[in-house]
Amino acid sequence: MARVILTGSLRDLAQTKDTGPIEIDAADVRELLRKLEDRLPGIAKRVEDGLSIAIDGDIVADPLLEPIGADSEIHFLPSIQGGS
Amino acid sequence: MATAEVDQQKKFKWIGTRPVRPDGLDKVRGRANYGADHALPGMIWGKVLRSPHAHARIVSIDTSKAEAMEGVHAVITAADLPEILSEESKIGEGPTNFRDLSHNVIAREKALYHGHAVAAVAATTSAIAQQALEAIQVEYEVLPHVLEGDDAQAPDAPILHDDLFTKGVEPRPTRPSNVASRTEMGRGDAEAGLAKADHVITRSFRTKAVHQGYIEPHAVVATLGEDGRATVWASSQGHFMIRAYCAKLLGMDQSQIKVIPAEIGGGFGGKTTVYLEPLAIALSGKAGRPVKMVMSREEVFRATGPASATRIELRMGCTKDGKLTGAHARLEYEAGAFPGSPVGAAVMTLFAPYDIDGCLAEGYDIVVNKCKVAAYRAPGAPMAAYAVETVVDELAEKCGIDPIEFRLQNASREGTQSAFGPKFKRIGNIETLEAAKAHPHYSAPLGPNQGRGVASGFWFNGGMQSSATVQVADDGTICVVSGNPDIGGSRASLAMMAAEEFGIDVKLVDPQIADTSVVGFSDLTGGSRVTFATGMAVVDACRDVIRQLRERAASIWGIEVDAVKWSDGAARATNGDAGLEPLSLRDIALKAARTGGPISGRASLTARGVGMAFAVHICDVEVDPETGKVDVVRYTTVQDAGRAIHPSYVEGQMQGGAAQGIGWALNEEYIYDADGKMENPGFLDYRMPVASDLPMIDTVIVEVPNPTHPYGVRGVGEVPIVPPIPAVVNAVHAATGVRITELPLSPPRVLAAMDARRN
Repeated sequence: MARVILTGSLRDLAQTKDTGPIEIDAADVRELLRKLEDRLPGIAKRVEDGLSIAIDGDIVADPLLEPIGADSEIHFLPSIQGGS
Repeated sequence: MATAEVDQQKKFKWIGTRPVRPDGLDKVRGRANYGADHALPGMIWGKVLRSPHAHARIVSIDTSKAEAMEGVHAVITAADLPEILSEESKIGEGPTNFRDLSHNVIAREKALYHGHAVAAVAATTSAIAQQALEAIQVEYEVLPHVLEGDDAQAPDAPILHDDLFTKGVEPRPTRPSNVASRTEMGRGDAEAGLAKADHVITRSFRTKAVHQGYIEPHAVVATLGEDGRATVWASSQGHFMIRAYCAKLLGMDQSQIKVIPAEIGGGFGGKTTVYLEPLAIALSGKAGRPVKMVMSREEVFRATGPASATRIELRMGCTKDGKLTGAHARLEYEAGAFPGSPVGAAVMTLFAPYDIDGCLAEGYDIVVNKCKVAAYRAPGAPMAAYAVETVVDELAEKCGIDPIEFRLQNASREGTQSAFGPKFKRIGNIETLEAAKAHPHYSAPLGPNQGRGVASGFWFNGGMQSSATVQVADDGTICVVSGNPDIGGSRASLAMMAAEEFGIDVKLVDPQIADTSVVGFSDLTGGSRVTFATGMAVVDACRDVIRQLRERAASIWGIEVDAVKWSDGAARATNGDAGLEPLSLRDIALKAARTGGPISGRASLTARGVGMAFAVHICDVEVDPETGKVDVVRYTTVQDAGRAIHPSYVEGQMQGGAAQGIGWALNEEYIYDADGKMENPGFLDYRMPVASDLPMIDTVIVEVPNPTHPYGVRGVGEVPIVPPIPAVVNAVHAATGVRITELPLSPPRVLAAMDARRN
């Protein structure tokens, strides 16, 4: 099961004080978001609006079909703007 | 993304060498075409009328006198552009609200800062256009303005946007505010971590707005024909970005706009948005002639994005033996007139170099009556590093531990849970610290009134979308076509990776940057991403071509393609087929017409596996005890480049970032009068460092290859601006004993701090 970890401002998505890792069985980001929506209402919209996802440390700015491993660690992050 | 890995231990022929840059001769001989160099038959000149007030309601605009002037072809106001609804989109690097962007390009109901565009004119000559601007009559209702983030949060502060309610707070506010959003990031329990610290340092830091300072002002030529099709020549960090933004702001289809990239005379993040381009297209459509617009330096300062002014309150604590236990920061970043400061990146980068038991960073995005900020090299990170790296220096001093050793004790490394969430993959934080510690500079003796400072820096780097095509000419030479303006040497690095793939001389590779109608979409040149991401696309396109070359060789020889390999610029039979001499690229290209036609490859991808970057800088300063003037007398930058494709370009990025950061630390600031008018909009009064102000900036490239890039590349353009401010400030402390928590460290400020200490 992949582990979804909410940090920072995104903990409000949990709508509870229990923001511990959420275990989800998903093959890719699309399935992950679909399954997470029941437990974190609004998460898909937040991702659509500009959240990035880190999958095992790799930050993906616009994710949908990225594969998720059985032991993957998932973090949601604000999008990062660069400028060089 | 299909890029296969290259053996990271392999000896390369071109990677890591320093061939002559492909664009060098044109640039040093003055032949390169920048934004302002383009001209078209029948072209006329556009100019912008700007608000003389920091905050004012636009009651009316009477353009009739200007329109009646001889030589004036068009006058536009916001009424000539479509009204855009509030809508955030992920076009470009980050979320963009197109209503705000439209209102920044030209004010609609209100002018929100001094210099805000309110109308534009196109005329036969620049002088007539200027006269026409003066004939436009704008009736303003002047409103109270607010210039500082502190004041903007006061209960009775003038409100810039009646529909702006603070995001990220509960309960949802019912009154509008100048605080656009609150965000937080952290891990563990910051307060518990601080509670168990033996030493806790609390400091408040302030920085002023600074400009990216690119040498080339914004410039554009645009045509909009009767058929509704536009062509734009512009200098920018992304011509696909210009196409997308202009289409959105003007209500056009992207297929109706072609953008041809000019050479770019510096951007540093400041050319990742549009200012003149939509106005030039609209003026051209109204005038029926091509329109050229070029900003003056004063306009660049007044109306294009500086970096945020900031206030940061920081508490950090450690045990007496130097273990960081807790940290808490409140970061307030001014966004200018519209929401969108880089405070989100700041809260994520703030504590990244360190493994802290508990840390929390709260960020606030605040609108004020100043020009909307834009990205500037590692947006948001230098100011955050100023706070953390000076407090880390102070904690090390309290513990009696060498500052680099203190950083090594607390450094994040592969597997560390970062302060922004995920665990770090392979990173070079430790390696850069160790290289800095071992550098002769770090142990060199200092002279009178001199001091030495060090600081670390972190930046994520970017991936995003890139495309490339690779074409084989019938003489066996290669053309690499990509869609990213070359700001920091990407032509050279892309050509070198192609030469390495084919095993041919890099002189046989011609790297070209194509317009929006020729090559597949590429996100803009930013986020230190082009050599990394577009490099991946080029490698994939080369491998597509090599696959075809092997197929052609197999068909010429009449053997299976699996029995053909490609190495050192030629197809070679692998099964010992007697008598089959290798077929070079040229041999196969010459026969292309008879073996299936022209050979070309292409790749489009979203780059994954970005390699994050760390840097450590060492700075020696000498402080004049009589005047407070600070001179940087020696400076060394150490940075993990992953692998330096063309080391000279990497060193140039490191030196450039250091120079800009030193200017930020010592000299640069936007100075406003009480009415919100910038008082120093020129390089005479806005003092950026020039060559004579700086010593030779030494560079040490550390190579911890990014395992997910075919050549190990990490982005290199942004992280070098992160450590300089604290490195300079820590050096000034070492020289004088004073810790200065407000930038810039101008002579009066340093002298006052020294006098206060002496007294």
